[in-house]
Amino acid sequence: MGLLKTFVLGGIHPPENKLSAGQPVRTLKVPDQVVVPMGQNLGAPSKPVVKRGDKVKTGQLIAEAGGFISARIHSPVSGTVFKIDQVMDMSGYRRTAVIIKVDGDEWMEDIDRSDTLVTEINFSPEEIIEKVKDAGIVGMGGATFPTHVKLMPPPGKSADYLLINGVECEPYLTADHQLMLEKGAEIIVGTRLLMKALKVKKAVIGIENNKPDAIRQMTELAAKEEGITVQPLKVKYPQGGEKQLIKAVTGREVPSGKLPVEVGCVVQNVGTTFAVYEAVMKNKPLIERVVTVTGKALSNPSNLKVRIGTPIKFLVEEAGGLPEDTGKVIGGGPMMGKALATLDVPVVKGTSGVLLMREAESHRLPESPCIRCSKCTQVCPMGLEPFLLSRLSRMGRFEDAEKEKVMDCIECGSCQYTCPAHIPLLDYLRLGKNKVGALIRARSKK
Amino acid sequence: MNHIVIISVVVLGILGLVSAVILYFVASKFKVYEDPKIDEVEAALPSANCGGCGYPGCRAFAENATKSASKNHSLEGFFCPVGGNEVMQKVAGILGLEIEEKDPMIAVVRCNGSYAHSPGKVKFEGVTSCAFAHALYAGEGGCQYGCLGLGDCVAACEFDAIHMNPETGLPVVSDKCTACGACVIACPRDIIELRKKGPKDKRIFVSCVNKEKGAIAIKNCDVACIGCGKCEKVCEFDAITITSFLSYIDFDKCRLCRKCVEVCPTNSIWEVNFKPRKPKVIKEPEKKETAKKPEAAKKPVEKTSVAEKSVNTKKSEK
Ligand code: SF4
Ligand code: SF4
Ligand code: SF4
Ligand code: SF4
Repeated sequence: MGLLKTFVLGGIHPPENKLSAGQPVRTLKVPDQVVVPMGQNLGAPSKPVVKRGDKVKTGQLIAEAGGFISARIHSPVSGTVFKIDQVMDMSGYRRTAVIIKVDGDEWMEDIDRSDTLVTEINFSPEEIIEKVKDAGIVGMGGATFPTHVKLMPPPGKSADYLLINGVECEPYLTADHQLMLEKGAEIIVGTRLLMKALKVKKAVIGIENNKPDAIRQMTELAAKEEGITVQPLKVKYPQGGEKQLIKAVTGREVPSGKLPVEVGCVVQNVGTTFAVYEAVMKNKPLIERVVTVTGKALSNPSNLKVRIGTPIKFLVEEAGGLPEDTGKVIGGGPMMGKALATLDVPVVKGTSGVLLMREAESHRLPESPCIRCSKCTQVCPMGLEPFLLSRLSRMGRFEDAEKEKVMDCIECGSCQYTCPAHIPLLDYLRLGKNKVGALIRARSKK
Repeated sequence: MNHIVIISVVVLGILGLVSAVILYFVASKFKVYEDPKIDEVEAALPSANCGGCGYPGCRAFAENATKSASKNHSLEGFFCPVGGNEVMQKVAGILGLEIEEKDPMIAVVRCNGSYAHSPGKVKFEGVTSCAFAHALYAGEGGCQYGCLGLGDCVAACEFDAIHMNPETGLPVVSDKCTACGACVIACPRDIIELRKKGPKDKRIFVSCVNKEKGAIAIKNCDVACIGCGKCEKVCEFDAITITSFLSYIDFDKCRLCRKCVEVCPTNSIWEVNFKPRKPKVIKEPEKKETAKKPEAAKKPVEKTSVAEKSVNTKKSEK
């Protein structure tokens, strides 16, 4: 294979721990009640269009987009709207959600639920974008940016490359890997749809070479299509970051503070690509997704297909039940995921995994002074100086942190992972980003 | 040899003279007149340089106050919270003005969700910064409005006036507070408020900022305001308003009668520096006890007698 491609700056290689690799995707039973939060995407939360007591079918629209950068939401089950209330999200804050009591599983008539592969594309680019928008698709790798917005580059800009993100660089997670193995052909059709929508001639599927079976399968499938290639990549975290993937595959560098389309690239995750296929070819809105449930103490790490709104505790039960020795449950992967305040929180469009950590793994080590080893600077994929930024933010010098480009931080956590003094670098960086964001907003208001 | 020395001395001498003359004219032309009163005012200020007045340091305050006094003949909007009325009278004296006394203020912490009242459901590990934790999660006890207990307010205080109580996990304000307001700005949850110190330092306030429906608020914290409205009804002075399930007492209207404190079912309303009330005799209304108490409580001053009355009326109602 020769020298494998990867991004140049920084990066780490944490233990992969892909415990659920090779586990076929199992479909989880529909629960008795689902909680569908209205803020599932980056940008404005969606606005409910149903009210208490309404009967809904699976796939029926229950919330309209709340702004330009926002997405629609559809009922993941059939039943009755029990209430619209403030419900705890994963951070413990209460946000609006539609709670639906399940009754049977009656789908909207226009949804094609069969497994037959449809390859013929009879849609114009505008129609494809419209369908993606109607289906409420957002970036399913975790960033949850509304997909249709990404498909409409700002005026004057255009893409020449579509990158399909099959990297799955987060340790433990295997949902995308399994999806490529089981739904490879659908993902290829999805890729063609996205290519048509973006009017690009070239698409590259980036896959890290710790998934040789996926690389083999996708390469075979892509060989039959014009313009689609598969690029095996060296295993390195955070290669799944948009800017890192673009650098790894095309060698282009997205300038600070700019969008990938600036260098002619659009990146979509494989999960999103599959959802696009289903939305356009099968009329199926985004109402379910594959979630990896994993952890070293878990008896049965799994890849599960679950309806949006299913409480996380159902997933844990399906994967063998909550182990005695659980110290922390994380929504997402170990690097970029967030600890859950309760297991009652529902699966949302951006939930890629649930990770159960053992008590012994889940605590931080005491912080000691910085020994100036410069490891954090070496691993930062954005070329930042985490030690400096965290210090500035600790001292409250947010204007200086802004000048040092704190907003470029992608919160990958490589710096904190690698710091031998166990300094909570990322915590301070997040604080800095938060304050600088407020500064910028205050400035633009003036 | 000799004449070289002489020439140098003469040239340099002339150069110096010419420069001195130029400098003299420039200096007199661009002379900045500085009101000598600024120095006087600055000397009267406490030199805390805390910024509580809204100006960057005492000097800036002195400059602006002097300017305002000479231009508008008023000190409206100028107040040094650290020096208080005493210093402000001095400043006004220097500037030849008269000003009204302001009621002294103090910081109050409007959260009572201690470890006991709002037991932890999750555990926080991370940097000890309320601003960070606020952006990250709701709080250990689950209240998304309550104190995070990580001490941003303590760090902001220049006067050593606010400290964390390790037993409750809540900050406590001491008498050293100058009402500079630094902690108010530092708290990401707007828990701290500057309120009037009140007569004999007595004050009553709602020690809760939870705006959720009562049933949800009480689930996370048993001393949360549930917005039941009892206090609003019982208040004779219209001092209490309830907005989004949260009660607020206007300190300008409150007459410290303590009626609201008694009716609050969740003990959200706090009274500070009042004489301890007689223990409520509810379960065993024995004659002896009630007869004894008024005698024992003869010493207290006017204010407490009002409260006594309210206790008595409450009893007679029963
Ligand atoms: S978290 Fe931010 S600063 Fe740290 S390595 Fe990642 S991009 Fe760099
Ligand atoms: S407690 Fe608050 S208001 Fe009082 S002196 Fe300290 S920072 Fe200023
Ligand atoms: S009062 Fe505010 S700043 Fe002080 S510890 Fe509580 S949350 Fe933090
Ligand atoms: S009586 Fe207590 S709980 Fe009821 S509104 Fe007043 S402060 Fe809140």
